[in-house]
Amino acid sequence: MTDKRPKILATRRDVLATAGSLVGGGLIGGLGLAPPAVAQTQLKSPASPMASAIRRIVGEAKLKPGKVKLDVPPLSENGNSVSLRVSVDSPMTSTNYVKAIHVLTEKNPQTYVTSVRLGARAGRADISTRMRLADTQSVIAIAEMSDGSFWSDTATVIVTLGACLEDVT
Amino acid sequence: MARALINVPAKAKRGEIITIKTLISHVMESGFRHDQFGAKIPRDIITSFVCTYNGEEIFQAVLYPAITANPFITFNTIATESGTIAFMWQGDNGFSATETVNIAVE
Amino acid sequence: MSARRKRTRWLAPAAVLLALAMVMSARAEIALKERRSGYADLGPETKAMQDDDTANPGMLWALDGEALWSAKTGAADRACADCHGDARASMKGVAARYPAFDSKLGHPINLEQRINLCRAERQQATPFAFESKQLLALTAFVGKQSRGLPIAPPADERLRPFLEAGRAQFNRRQGQLNLSCGQCHDDNWGKRLAGNIIPQAHPTGYPLYRLEWQSLGSLQRRLRNCMIGLRAEPYDYGAPEYVSLELYLMWRARGLPIETPAVRP
Repeated sequence: MTDKRPKILATRRDVLATAGSLVGGGLIGGLGLAPPAVAQTQLKSPASPMASAIRRIVGEAKLKPGKVKLDVPPLSENGNSVSLRVSVDSPMTSTNYVKAIHVLTEKNPQTYVTSVRLGARAGRADISTRMRLADTQSVIAIAEMSDGSFWSDTATVIVTLGACLEDVT
Repeated sequence: MARALINVPAKAKRGEIITIKTLISHVMESGFRHDQFGAKIPRDIITSFVCTYNGEEIFQAVLYPAITANPFITFNTIATESGTIAFMWQGDNGFSATETVNIAVE
Repeated sequence: MSARRKRTRWLAPAAVLLALAMVMSARAEIALKERRSGYADLGPETKAMQDDDTANPGMLWALDGEALWSAKTGAADRACADCHGDARASMKGVAARYPAFDSKLGHPINLEQRINLCRAERQQATPFAFESKQLLALTAFVGKQSRGLPIAPPADERLRPFLEAGRAQFNRRQGQLNLSCGQCHDDNWGKRLAGNIIPQAHPTGYPLYRLEWQSLGSLQRRLRNCMIGLRAEPYDYGAPEYVSLELYLMWRARGLPIETPAVRP
């Protein structure tokens, strides 16, 4: 039977806890700045789930902004389905290609959206999918290159609640 | 109703980059929702998607609860030779689905 | 007082009131030229989702409907295809002219009810539950055969009292919020409500894939959402009030092309 109730992707407690750690890490202040400052601030605040996830992916390497283009609508019509597209500037030859693309969110109860494995056979590093966003937040796309370097792009999506919900409660 | 919609060009030129679109029906229950009694609705999602071209893997994705219901994934590959492109989805509760399409490369 | 006298007693004043209501409500109605589908308010990504049959999640249900169309079922062991043949020909234009008057029942029925009547009477099978996967699939499949065709409610005089009942419902204030459909969808369409653009509310694409539901759903499901949004108690699925309202909405949207299965936020 289809469940017709609206999604509760995160309780207030989850969101406040994450927001608290992000404020402590200076991330909210950093959102207004250029992407490099955002990425660096995130790495400096290990308490943030997004920062921990980034560290797990990137390890000790430097996460550089650029080469990656993350396309998301600035204002989503519905947080349940937000289209996203990640394209990476890479020749995709057997010696110079995108190994993987990771998409992470700032405030979702679970940080990862997807991790994609590519290779030279892709011809073009360009993927699309649709994701859920629990709240207005930033999204980061990280490209892992064949030479071990990491590149990224971030975007902010505004998520509003629909006007006429189905649930009576 | 594990139906999938695949968009792969039926024909392509050798070396041409083709775009593959895939759409599969799945509720992708995130595991973060609660019912009216406050109990968590258990997670039920597709966790992996693999595409092979004549047996060789050309694309792989790990899916998390943040992927929307009825996952839609598009990617690219080089049309190297005629043959079969196979798609496999696997997920929670033993979920498994496969689809294949043929492609003619000249 | 005899039943016939009861029925005719209110005819004269009702006719006057009807004429009055038509004049009054005609003022608030959207001009024919200004009408447009909710498609126009979609972001480019959602439009792309609807336009591409391989990206439109509603097509998953239409595909299932296609399979159901050819599946023998019921005590009569009959498929829809056995009577109706190729749906692309036989079902073309059908969704565009529903709800339609059913002579046997004496009132209009919508497409879902028509499908269930066929199941019960011709296939001797149990009717599908409203909002069930199968009923949605079949309705989506049948509706898709009218895609691109203009909505054309039948010029059937027997429908008139039900059409007027639907119009009255559309303009009547309801619920704790005490709002009528018309106040949002006739008077304030195009403006924003909680971040969403208020559409004119034309049922051009039902059943449709609503991002909020992450599923395909019928027009009645959407109407129930609206009523709950107004904090009014929604009618049960299949209620005559909904069918009359559907009839009015289709008349209000006459001429707009069908988009089934559409995608909406």
